[in-house]
Amino acid sequence: MSSTASTQAGQKAQSLTLVEAIQDGLYTEMAQDDSVVVLGEDVGKNGGVFRATDQLYEEFGEDRVIDTPLAEAGIVGASIGLSQTGMKPVPEMQFMGFMYPAFDQIVSHAARLRSRSQGQYSVPMVIRAPYGGGIRAPEHHSESKEAFFVHEPGLKVVSPSTPYDAKGLLAASIHDPDPVIFLEPKLIYRAFREDVPTKPYEVSLSEAAVRRDGSDISVYTWGAMTRPALIAAENLSQSRGIDAEVIDLRTLSPLDTETITDSFKKTGRAAIVHEAPKTGGLGAEIATTIQEEALVHQEAPIKRIAGFDAPMPLHSLEDYYLPQAVRIQDGIRETVEF
Amino acid sequence: MNMKNEAGSKDVPAAVREDSDIVQILDAEGDVLPQASVPDISDRQLLELYETIKLARHFDQRAISFQRQGRLATYAPMTGQEGSQVATSLALAEQDWLFPTYREHAAKYAHGMDLASLFEPLRGHREGYAIPEDVNVMPEYIPIATQVPQAMGMAWGHKLQGKTDTAVLCHLGDGATSEGDFHEGLNFAGVFDVPAVFVCNNNQWAISVPRERQTASETIAEKAQAYGIDGVRVDGLDPLAVYKVASEALEKARNPGPGELRPTLIESVQYRFGAHTTADDPSVYRDESEEEVWRDRDPVDRIETYLYNEGILDSDLESEIQDRIEQEVSEAIETAEQTETSPDNIVEHVYEDVPARLEQQRDELNRLREKYDDGAFSEVLE
Ligand SMILES: Cc1ncc(C[n+]2csc(CCOP(=O)(O)OP(=O)(O)O)c2C)c(N)n1
Ligand SMILES: [Mg+2]
Repeated sequence: MSSTASTQAGQKAQSLTLVEAIQDGLYTEMAQDDSVVVLGEDVGKNGGVFRATDQLYEEFGEDRVIDTPLAEAGIVGASIGLSQTGMKPVPEMQFMGFMYPAFDQIVSHAARLRSRSQGQYSVPMVIRAPYGGGIRAPEHHSESKEAFFVHEPGLKVVSPSTPYDAKGLLAASIHDPDPVIFLEPKLIYRAFREDVPTKPYEVSLSEAAVRRDGSDISVYTWGAMTRPALIAAENLSQSRGIDAEVIDLRTLSPLDTETITDSFKKTGRAAIVHEAPKTGGLGAEIATTIQEEALVHQEAPIKRIAGFDAPMPLHSLEDYYLPQAVRIQDGIRETVEF
Repeated sequence: MNMKNEAGSKDVPAAVREDSDIVQILDAEGDVLPQASVPDISDRQLLELYETIKLARHFDQRAISFQRQGRLATYAPMTGQEGSQVATSLALAEQDWLFPTYREHAAKYAHGMDLASLFEPLRGHREGYAIPEDVNVMPEYIPIATQVPQAMGMAWGHKLQGKTDTAVLCHLGDGATSEGDFHEGLNFAGVFDVPAVFVCNNNQWAISVPRERQTASETIAEKAQAYGIDGVRVDGLDPLAVYKVASEALEKARNPGPGELRPTLIESVQYRFGAHTTADDPSVYRDESEEEVWRDRDPVDRIETYLYNEGILDSDLESEIQDRIEQEVSEAIETAEQTETSPDNIVEHVYEDVPARLEQQRDELNRLREKYDDGAFSEVLE
């Protein structure tokens, strides 16, 4: 794990993995603002089951990095209460598949307190949760249920795909006046390193990132699927001269409709890649948005490359369930060659 | 029943010492405590208890070492908890139902699951989740405490249909007592007076969070009071005591005495000797010396000593049993290692019939598998 920012004083950037960038982001925000507190299961002494809160307990003490009883509704409900006192809670849900006990607190209250009080109260809280498959985890540990939360007005939903973005999006989420569901793609927690500035910075919650410029097709994705999408685009460029534009949405709600449609107007073709089940997934929303905004530019059916409408299998089959570069490539080709 | 109050008792873990209400039969060495009443179990049953506990310990050790070799995915060890698991399952009648968590490997085996099926999911194959028709075991519960209201509901269903000869035994951890589902399940159990026994395997830890962080209550058993049902504390490293307490609770679930409610919450006081799972490193959050005092009370040693003392076990029989269990575990591993799952399994058993839309998705996968070779799918995503 990275050393904390305090030991890196004087250095401009450090090379961090995504999970280290999250730890560093939490550290940076907590050092700047005493009202930020981290709470959840195993986040304190243990530093989180993925080490995302490593060293924070030692650095900020047990009143700011709090091991709670094992109760997600309690953690989120208490965080809503804490947030009414000027504190900025950053509760952790240990895995996305274990958020459901907190669902009522999230959708009935965190998402709506602003509207229920006609703007009088708000819930500045960031719920962090590792999500997604591909790490040979047991059942219930590989869920990608971002669509549940995107569907709920009043919540922002964010998912970084790089260490730099992880820190910047986390900062923007903590500074945001509304509740944010911050989904961390655990498959790429330690997949690669990137230079991450030691100083505080934000990455906007309202802008998608164009990860690769292209003219033949727009590939929309986020989180852990960004990398296989980029690999597929690179392979197709070399083998077939197909020039794919890859867009990493970063913030899943509210969507950056402008970047989405601008790209489509340029390419006229779209493929959407997500690991969540296809039916009712965010891909449907993106496809419809494109059709509403840019139908006249459309040159081929919009392709969704997604997880199955089935529970995530155990690990012997998860490579078949998740969209791999090979599946993404095939889908892009089919759409371009339509 | 009182703890033996001997010199050196300062080394007895507080959780089993401070409280005089804890049920114990064997002392730390395996000798019968002065006032203890040994349950009425035949020698054959005692040997079954012993052999199954020994098998559980061996299974656990093999699973941990297999995981280290990369032959199993994440495994939740049960070292130190085998005695309680096996004793509770052997107290069940065949028709009774078992609700296990991810840690109750031995409890499942002792209630009829075959060993190979316990290894299969750890090797990534759902085949092991297919529970035989004549085995009354639910699939393991991973989302904490969710099994509690369900176990209550099954017991309720039996009662509503006049089948109170069938009891339900539901396992849960100490961490699970913090979840809302725990409260709701036990509250329903009391209100509807169902034939269910809830066994809280208080192993003192929920991953890195100690028992004191879960509840300000002194004991977990005392929570039963709030639901109007009985709560019992038992030394969970004493297989005879657990057998006795579980048998009595199950009997009461079926045939409550006048004025008695059927459900019981048993707090089986144990210790998680090992890591939470093979992905966990306890040295980060707890002192190893804590484990030492519990190791002195190892359930395997205690039941073994008892059987030697009673003349039921001798060294010949012990090595015969050891050979047998090693063979059985090896065979189970071999079987599990041969299991292969077809990718078609992804779409199976989601509904009774595969919906057309899902069938299309499977066809699309098979088209791609034919077009590219299977290796293309296992290219690392990262
Ligand atoms: C609802 C839910 N939240 C979080 C988790 C992650 N998790 C898995 S095991 C565990 C600790 C469980 O402790 P305890 O109930 O004492 O059982 P033990 O593992 O000690 O047997 C946690 C937090 C989960 N599986 N389900
Ligand atoms: Mg526990």
